[in-house]
Amino acid sequence: MAKTWKEWEKPLLELDEALGKLRELARVATPDRRAELERRIAESEQRRNRYIDVMYSRLGPWEKVLVARAEKRPYSLDYINALFTEFIELDGDRRYGADHAIVGGVAFFDERPVMVVGHQKGRNIQERQYRNFGMAKPEGYRKAMRLFDMANRFRMPVVTFVDTPAADPGVESESRGISEAIAAAMQRMFELKVPVVSVVHGEGGSGGAIGIAVANRVLMLEHAIYSVIPPEGCAAILWRDPDRGPQAAAALRLTAQSALEYGLIDDIILEPHGGAHRDPPGAIRAVGEALARHLAELGAFDGEALQADRYAKFRAMGRFGEGAA
Amino acid sequence: MRPGDGASGVFCQCAECKKILLAGELFEALGVCPNCGHHHRLSAARRIEVTFDPGSFEELDADLRSIDPIEFPEYSEKLRKAEAKTGSRDGVVSGVAALDEIPVSVAVTDFDFMGGSLGSVAAEKIVRTFERGLERKTPVIVFSASGGARMQEGLFSLMQIAKTTAAVQRCRDQAIPYISVFTDPTMAGVLASHASIADVILSEPKALVGFAGARVSKQAQVSKVPDNFQTAEFVFEHGMIDRIVPRKEMRPTLIRLVRALGGHLRG
Ligand SMILES: [Zn+2]
Repeated sequence: MAKTWKEWEKPLLELDEALGKLRELARVATPDRRAELERRIAESEQRRNRYIDVMYSRLGPWEKVLVARAEKRPYSLDYINALFTEFIELDGDRRYGADHAIVGGVAFFDERPVMVVGHQKGRNIQERQYRNFGMAKPEGYRKAMRLFDMANRFRMPVVTFVDTPAADPGVESESRGISEAIAAAMQRMFELKVPVVSVVHGEGGSGGAIGIAVANRVLMLEHAIYSVIPPEGCAAILWRDPDRGPQAAAALRLTAQSALEYGLIDDIILEPHGGAHRDPPGAIRAVGEALARHLAELGAFDGEALQADRYAKFRAMGRFGEGAA
Repeated sequence: MRPGDGASGVFCQCAECKKILLAGELFEALGVCPNCGHHHRLSAARRIEVTFDPGSFEELDADLRSIDPIEFPEYSEKLRKAEAKTGSRDGVVSGVAALDEIPVSVAVTDFDFMGGSLGSVAAEKIVRTFERGLERKTPVIVFSASGGARMQEGLFSLMQIAKTTAAVQRCRDQAIPYISVFTDPTMAGVLASHASIADVILSEPKALVGFAGARVSKQAQVSKVPDNFQTAEFVFEHGMIDRIVPRKEMRPTLIRLVRALGGHLRG
């Protein structure tokens, strides 16, 4: 079993590399050589696509973890910038400071004003530090609360994009009440009398994720994950061995498919062939279509009904026995 | 049986200062060491006994039991062991009680049942505790003692923190007073849900209180970690809770609070 993303994608990268070389050869080849090379290119492409089919039709839970964390996947701002128009970021929590691990603001979706909030990760060292690896501090959740409140006041639907390994676990965050911030953000979402849709598109990391995911409709991308604890952390607790992440991932059933089967999410958004990271525009299109459909459906309900629906949905979550065993 | 619960022997040892104590003496002192003041953990039953009016507690929802919703490795065995150890079917004991004859709806977590972790049963009992407060128009009191969400229930357990939060929200809408009491430990998923958004939050002294496991926090940290990091005193200093209340003052403090905050409910 592949331990890392590099290991997991290595055969594919090798195929891609070989394909690149063939294409380069074909570009400079004499016309009589070119026909032969193009035949080999077509063969290679087929082989590569078959390989993707095989790999991605049976992704195990751990492979999903690797794919969900892949840095070539679209991040929240990629979705926001492509699917919404006139996005204007609003960044103040009015309490302590600006948090760059959660972004938010007003925008238009199909010409209707909406409030957008999402976790944001970075792709290089500077960006990652700036975004704190997508781990929000209390300020991030308090900013989200402000935006939720405003959406409620001005009757704007709320769309959230979830992609975080966890909320920030540092001393600073504890000092400023990260737990209270997450709980209060959830509480605020239960108050909303507007449609709320959340899209878990990468990592749905425990409290950090649910803090902005109390929605009427929770959608997950096909290869996204949603978990109460990172698999490595679970393995460290259960077996005192963080390297047993793959086993923990299986035990936790953190895939979108399991979440839907358990009735904990509402819909799965299929990813392009070979995953969102292989075709970001395709993934963004799929998310846009799903958002349009769910927002249209929710548009039929009034505010009271939307709030009651959100409450009833989460109230019913949980499985237990009652009465004599 | 823990030192504070009326140990079986004549002697017991303080978990903190290691002093040898008379078991009966520690029991009478509500599990608080007469030498160093350490608050030993209490079982849910003993907590209820020392907090509410004698004989006033009526347990409800005692027949809720955990199942193994995602067939997590060894979960069923762990549940059976915890049942044998505590004599309860899950970590939360809930029902109605009285404080100086004022009716209250209460839930108390027993840390001995799988670390007091919040799974489907614990959350359902806590939610019903809030709902009873709403139906009967009585204040709600929740004592926490938990390591966090019960990861053996996978994503179900994460959703429980939203579920209990929703119940708090409804009580708030209907002006039902809610008092949250942190006891050792109050951590992670439980802290990031109903426990942290009460009208009044109290804590026993020196209780462990924090979001991330202490190890994770310290690893993530570049700067120095304060000595009292993730204690009741630390969160008090940072304004996250209202008071630190020693155990023997808990009952009178709660009585005052339910009288003051629940006055409008009694007409
Ligand atoms: Zn002592």
